[in-house]
Amino acid sequence: MEEIRQFVVFKLGQEEYGVDIMQVNTIERMMPITRVPKAPDFVEGVINLRGEIIPVIDLKKRFGLASGEITPDTRIIIVMLDDLTVGMIVDSATEVVQLTQDSIEPPPSVAGNISSDFLEGIGKIGDRLLIILNLEKILKPGEVEARAAM
Amino acid sequence: MDSRYLNVFLEEATEHVENLNSNLLNLEKNPTQEVVEEIFRSAHTLKGMAGTMGFNKISELTHEMENLLHEIRNGRFLVTSSIVDILLECVDLIQKMLENISLEGSEGQIEITSSVDKLRKFLAGESELILKEPSEEDEAPFNEFEIRIMEEASRKNLKIWEVLIRLSDDCLLKSARAFLVFKALENLGDIIKTRPHVQDIEDEKFENEFYIYLVSPKSEKEILDAVNSVSEIKSVTVKEIKMNAEMNKTGESELSVSSQITFTSDKTGDKTKIKNTTKTLRVDIERLDNLMNLVSELIIIKTRLEEQDRTPEHVQKRREALEYLARITSSLHDAVMKVRMIPIENVFNRFPRVVRDLSKELKKQVNLIIEGAETELDRTIIDEIGDPLVHLIRNAMDHGIETPEERIKKGKPQEGTLKLKAYHDGNNVVIEVSDDGRGVDLEKVLEKAQNLNLVDKVQGKKLKENEILNFLFEPGFSTKEKVTDISGRGVGLDVVKTKIESLGGSVEVKTKKDEGTTFLIRLPLTLAIIQALMVELGKEKYAIPLSSIKEIVILQKEELRKVQNNEVILLRGNVIPILRLHQILDISAGESDEETLTVVIVKKGDKEVGLIVDNLLGEQEIVIKSLGNFLKNIKFIAGATILGNGQVALILDINALI
Repeated sequence: MEEIRQFVVFKLGQEEYGVDIMQVNTIERMMPITRVPKAPDFVEGVINLRGEIIPVIDLKKRFGLASGEITPDTRIIIVMLDDLTVGMIVDSATEVVQLTQDSIEPPPSVAGNISSDFLEGIGKIGDRLLIILNLEKILKPGEVEARAAM
Repeated sequence: MDSRYLNVFLEEATEHVENLNSNLLNLEKNPTQEVVEEIFRSAHTLKGMAGTMGFNKISELTHEMENLLHEIRNGRFLVTSSIVDILLECVDLIQKMLENISLEGSEGQIEITSSVDKLRKFLAGESELILKEPSEEDEAPFNEFEIRIMEEASRKNLKIWEVLIRLSDDCLLKSARAFLVFKALENLGDIIKTRPHVQDIEDEKFENEFYIYLVSPKSEKEILDAVNSVSEIKSVTVKEIKMNAEMNKTGESELSVSSQITFTSDKTGDKTKIKNTTKTLRVDIERLDNLMNLVSELIIIKTRLEEQDRTPEHVQKRREALEYLARITSSLHDAVMKVRMIPIENVFNRFPRVVRDLSKELKKQVNLIIEGAETELDRTIIDEIGDPLVHLIRNAMDHGIETPEERIKKGKPQEGTLKLKAYHDGNNVVIEVSDDGRGVDLEKVLEKAQNLNLVDKVQGKKLKENEILNFLFEPGFSTKEKVTDISGRGVGLDVVKTKIESLGGSVEVKTKKDEGTTFLIRLPLTLAIIQALMVELGKEKYAIPLSSIKEIVILQKEELRKVQNNEVILLRGNVIPILRLHQILDISAGESDEETLTVVIVKKGDKEVGLIVDNLLGEQEIVIKSLGNFLKNIKFIAGATILGNGQVALILDINALI
């Protein structure tokens, strides 16, 4: 029996990205964000999510891309990784897809414009390509601090 | 290993260790059978738990302890302070192993063999102590332990009976008969001793007669009848034993320990209460936090309603609803607080042990008095307050209380008194640590302060007493010439002060020469909800904890001065450095061009700093929330709170700013 995984698909610019649905808590519309001084530049700030304070990062800035405009489609995907809960700003969240493990290929050294460190692999759905994220690398404090020091 | 079980194990094991500690101390001054039983049970449970979890060292060590305790229980050994010492040493080892387990999941490289050897030596009777006091049970009929029980009994007007039982010559199952006699007598009172030893009776290692020593309120006849109800008994002799001075001799010197621990509450005269393993309700802290969240939501709604109320069309009904809501929130707040509150006893319980060990080490006699141990404080504060208190206790015993000789010379009682007292005072809890020692030598402190360049000679003369005492809290300050293991390394009081201030509290000293010193610690009841001043910087709102605000001043721009490129203001003759929060917090909107400046003067210990803000938004009760793991260690920000409109405002970390 093939292992089937589900991914939440979202867009940054024209490219489609996927994050494992097991790591996704909720998807929220844009809301007021309080800036946190002295935080790494890709940290937009914190939001009040039903009484909880959740940090929010701009995923485009995290990848070193120019940050996009906020549109009615802009979403905050709340993801959980171990003891971290973080919101990621994306241009839009579109659908949930199923992929078998063997349709995910290891990341090429350069995928689009972002470093392959952040990727788990590339998933193929027909002729669409889904860039699957490695949240571990994106969110883990060591990474964050290293960047903050830059 | 399943971490759920590990946590339960650690919590329970820690409780048993605490139990062992306090009961062992109790045992030393009050060696009754019940205390021994209690200790035995704790050790036994620990052994079982550790065994199940595969922590072999703990289980081996507790096993050896159990063996020794078993012998004590059977009256083979007297409880002496050296036995208590070795048992306490073992408890310490267990505690260390438990710490290692909680940190690394294993017991770590802790050497238990020397302690195990000591325990075994005791058992084998090789120890010096045993050699000094050969267990000549038959010649000296009662050991110290039993005499204590007997004294206790005669105080309570119970009689002590010596019952001599002779079994019939043709009795087949001697031990079974003896057992029945035991049973019958146990119904009448407590059997404190048998001759020969109960174990030997059970093993039928006796001729046809044996002695039972019974503490009982019953009469001679009732005892006779009880024994005679058992068959195959040839004769019974019952004799009352009167307590006399002769019996008191055994082992007296071994038992007097230099530190006598008294709890003020135990003067009830009756049997000293033995604390059973505390029955506590374990509440997952996450659930509590959740409850806390709910309450904070409520507070937010309350604030929101209050804001609406300011609009012109206030309706009577809405106001009533608002009052109702306010009442609910505050009582809910209280209820939740209570869940988080635990008695300070949890910390104080450690101290009899600390005092005992220190008084032995320092050869000083110290009587520790604990008052108000039932005073409750927030769990988070309880967890943090232990170390600072230990420090103050060490200080008091090392610097404060004099040696017995010195005390006698001064006409003081030979035994010093160290008092720990906790009580409520408004919204605070006050903890006092006081000793009746020599007091702080103000001149010496001043001299030392001058040597450390904290103050010059001219100014020094003008200082008031409390200003001089404040030097004690300076880093690197110690007036004790000799550096000891206990205190006097010059790290200490400043750490104590910093810790207490980080908990939102304060500490002060009072002292009188040759009468003693008192450290007064004032702590907030809780850390979760605080009063804060809301300020505006550009378009952003920040909260400043009210506890760190000294005052607010409005100044003209011209009053800002520059000293070596740093901005300062002069306030009633004091120079106060100024920080521009706009720059520190990278606020994009520029500062207002108004001619007046609003400056919030904040303090950390004796240091004061002025913060320039754009607007004051007023005082508000705020619920402190963490920024979470992702953003921990963000400089200058202590946390966040949710405002009435649902937006997040950050709380400034004043300690980091100054």
